[in-house]
Amino acid sequence: MTMTTFTRRLALLGTVFGAALAASTGAQAQGQLTVYCGVQEDWCRPMVDAFEKATGVKVSMIRKSSGEIYAQVKAEASNPRGDVWWGGTGDPHMQAAEENLTEEYKSPKLPELNEWAVRQWEQSKGRAVGIYSGALGFAYNTKLLAEKKIDDPKCWADLLNPKLKDEVQVADPNSSGTAYTMLATLVQIMGEDKAFDYMKKLHANVNQYTKSGAAPAKATSLGETTVGIAFLHDHVTMIVEGAPMKAVAPCEGTGYEIGSMSIIKGAKNLDNAKKWYDWALSPEAQKLGAAAKSYQVPSNKATPIPPQAPKLSDIKLINYDFAKYGSSDERKRLLTKWDKEVKAQPK
Amino acid sequence: MRARQESRTGALALAVLACAAFAVLPWYWLDFSDTSHWGEYPVGPAGSALALGLTGKVWLLPFVLPLGLAVAGGMLPLGAPGRADRLVWAGGGGLAYGLVQGFALGLKGWNAAWLASLAGGPGPAQAGFGLGAAIVLAVFLLLLCRGLAERGWCRGDAFVVSSVGVVIALVGLFVFFPVGKILASAVQDNAGNFAPAQFLEKFLDESIWGLACVTGNLRCGVAWNTLLLGVLVGAGSTALGLAFALLATRGTVHGKKSLKILSVLPIITPPFVIGLALILLFGRSGVVSAGLSEWFGIPRSRWIYGLPGVLIAQLLAFTPIAYLVLVGVVQGISPSLEEASQTLRASRWTTFRTVTLPLLRPGLANAFLLGFVESLADFGNPLVLGGNFEVLSTKIFFAVVGAATDQGRATVLSIVLLIFTLGAFWVQQAWLGRRTYTTVTGKGDSGVPPPLPKGVAIACWGVALPWALFTVVIYALILVGGFVQALGRDYTPTLNHYVTAFRIDTSDGGFRFAGSAWNSFFATVEVAAMAAPLTAAIGLLTGWLLTRQTFSGKRAFEFGTLLSFAIPGTVVGVSYILAFNVPPIEITGTGLILVICFVFRNMPVGVRSGIATLSQIDKSLDEASLTLGARSATTLRLVLMPLLKPAILAALVYAFVRAMTAVSAVIFLVTAQYNMATTYIVGRVEAGEFGLAIAYASVLIVIMLAAILFIEFIVGERRLGRRGAAGVPVAAGG
Repeated sequence: MTMTTFTRRLALLGTVFGAALAASTGAQAQGQLTVYCGVQEDWCRPMVDAFEKATGVKVSMIRKSSGEIYAQVKAEASNPRGDVWWGGTGDPHMQAAEENLTEEYKSPKLPELNEWAVRQWEQSKGRAVGIYSGALGFAYNTKLLAEKKIDDPKCWADLLNPKLKDEVQVADPNSSGTAYTMLATLVQIMGEDKAFDYMKKLHANVNQYTKSGAAPAKATSLGETTVGIAFLHDHVTMIVEGAPMKAVAPCEGTGYEIGSMSIIKGAKNLDNAKKWYDWALSPEAQKLGAAAKSYQVPSNKATPIPPQAPKLSDIKLINYDFAKYGSSDERKRLLTKWDKEVKAQPK
Repeated sequence: MRARQESRTGALALAVLACAAFAVLPWYWLDFSDTSHWGEYPVGPAGSALALGLTGKVWLLPFVLPLGLAVAGGMLPLGAPGRADRLVWAGGGGLAYGLVQGFALGLKGWNAAWLASLAGGPGPAQAGFGLGAAIVLAVFLLLLCRGLAERGWCRGDAFVVSSVGVVIALVGLFVFFPVGKILASAVQDNAGNFAPAQFLEKFLDESIWGLACVTGNLRCGVAWNTLLLGVLVGAGSTALGLAFALLATRGTVHGKKSLKILSVLPIITPPFVIGLALILLFGRSGVVSAGLSEWFGIPRSRWIYGLPGVLIAQLLAFTPIAYLVLVGVVQGISPSLEEASQTLRASRWTTFRTVTLPLLRPGLANAFLLGFVESLADFGNPLVLGGNFEVLSTKIFFAVVGAATDQGRATVLSIVLLIFTLGAFWVQQAWLGRRTYTTVTGKGDSGVPPPLPKGVAIACWGVALPWALFTVVIYALILVGGFVQALGRDYTPTLNHYVTAFRIDTSDGGFRFAGSAWNSFFATVEVAAMAAPLTAAIGLLTGWLLTRQTFSGKRAFEFGTLLSFAIPGTVVGVSYILAFNVPPIEITGTGLILVICFVFRNMPVGVRSGIATLSQIDKSLDEASLTLGARSATTLRLVLMPLLKPAILAALVYAFVRAMTAVSAVIFLVTAQYNMATTYIVGRVEAGEFGLAIAYASVLIVIMLAAILFIEFIVGERRLGRRGAAGVPVAAGG
């Protein structure tokens, strides 16, 4: 091949390359917004689409687990890259608020919200607001349970059944906010010593501590585990898809999460972040959760509660102390203790 | 004479360019898409160094001195007394001052406590280097190199000195600097204070080195897990690769072509996708487990989660690399030696054992090393399949982003990983020793390789055939998985996963890439397309310097270029965050850091393939060109480049594929704007959205195949004046 054809081919390469670049940088008429999304991808995506359509703001969104987002926001604190942190369990939001990583904001939508969502806002000193709530629970795979001839588990205590050895799955609280909610819930129901005793015994039945909080629900639906501990709405999502499983709100009572939203301190697109914040509290935006098969209870009173959502009134909810168990000292202490006394135990 | 003239005006042009950049271009790092920065120009965030220097940032003004000196030097005629010295002093001084002021003053003023106490205050703040600073500093570097060349370095060849200077600067900045940074952070506590005692405490932690699994029912330390897995994967992939290589070169295989495809497929597969397929086959509700339990009553179990699963997944992923390394070595063995052995009446088996196998040693050692290092660095498979079997790469990840963030701990774990890798290099070198394994010589070698001994052939078939079948099943599953509702539960055909990932919304008239995968897809293709040519260029340039030029410190230079390859990706990722999240070089959160990360991580392959190909090309060709008056740059471009095509191809393909499939390094570096396909897929797998993950991975595989064909078309074939087939390039493995 002569040099000229080589050059021509290089030119072709350049053209293709340039076209690819041009295609990937879209129009940015109304400015942009970076959203760290803490719920399932299936929900994040329609939210972003709807917001882009409603406002013309170009959104870049990244989905991570709430623990990962917290770590990222903290790491980037000297030079923030994100604007809004939307979704994910409330504790890391509270922790970020405590560490001054997020911005105070009083949305005009606040009076439209349920009382628990406003309380979250008050407890975080205006830095985090509730956008949905969901109770913790477990679910079992009905097929597998029938094969094992075990009575339907109804309480936390039933999960210690020796017949369930290696049949319970729950996330690792070091990486998942869901699992930390369970840890804090048990401590509040049973008292710290008894709660750790319980978790040590449960440890023998746990087949895997997953990294993501919703993974046990998926594993239960696939039959990879008999019992999965996660938020009830995660289980309901699987049940609606036709998985042979049943969700249980434990008889001793259970804790719940307040899925929250914060504006990141030093956000580069503060105005658009506020736009998103107000919009995300509106019924139109909150309706998208049910459409995306996420059956949490939305925080705006005017949002229709999806019929599939587990009724908070039917569940024995504990009076979860978000301020105490959301604080970083308590969190660190409990996690260290869990690592030492539970995870490091022999099976 | 013409060349000399160019050289003279070149230095002056460079100096003038630097002056212009100093006076006009924005000195600090800046998001060009945000036009609001330009309001206060020439001061403000987009201000030039000159304007900012005159309006308060006085420490930028001293740059005027080296700039003036450079212009003065450049104006002098070539060879004039003092010209070279002026260039050296201007370049060296400017560069040194630029780095010192950049590292001393950061976002929050003085970067070191002792500087702040010396100056009696927090000091003025500044952002990271931007376009202006980059150009000015680069020019200083080039002027320094030119000055040194005019002083007679490298026979006065400015191109060679500049190349050496640029490559050293780049490797120093993007390999040594971050690695040094991570090593330093190991002896700091979470607040950044010097605390060597904490290092020891963390380093000797029970959770790293514990041996409880030997004595009881407890878990062993994560270091032992990693080491065990690495050794098993290294040995296993080498054995499998050897079986395939022997069959491909010595056996009477009919399906050599399918063997080649089988060997390439896993390389272009995002690694954890294999892990996913394994779950769908052998998980408790997997296809195979279901069959076994229904037909034979074997109870379903979770054996795949843990060491067995990770081991199988990594063997599937890394055997092809071993195969590619070994096939070249087996081809290279001169049949004459084996013929000689047989003439001396050795049996086929004796010949194989005493002649063939010993000659394979370098191949075996390299294959093992690559398998071992890849296993250590692999992040996706342990994440998906590890269950409660923890390895260093995942541990490091959760030490950084988990709920209990502890960077020091991540560093300590990284150092353990680094020790293992370097230890493996050392063991390999010791095992190979100083023996020579040269069998490819200039003399004709017309022997015919002997067929394999029967026992060996049967063993090879016995190993290779089931494994090949296994691979085929896995890929069939990956392909099918994207088109059914939910693998393992619901086999209704559907296009839903593809629609979710790659939907294009045309409802409001225009095109909108509404699918959830488009963002990461474009970012990945963009980054890979930028990284590939840069990787090839820098790698081959370095290879050329190492083989064709002599300069002092060459050995250390060579080691430095290999370092980034030896360091596991997770460590590279962490070190890049540590080094580049704050000024003077503040590029985390941009696409640039991903490109740079890929370029310097994959550069060694360009270097190696460049060296290998260049050592086959007779030096007299370059000498002829130089004698005819061409400069070294011209010689490189016109004489060597066309001959280097196989190496260019190998480097381009490898760099592109790696940029599209790497997980461990980039998982820390991705952001909302630049989310990579692989991290996106890992996220989907973690959330249990297998269908979407598999659909996306299938698309990536197709894109990579297309890209490889495209690169082959662009580069074209090397034409040698020989009869018959031209030399077939063998891609360097790794």
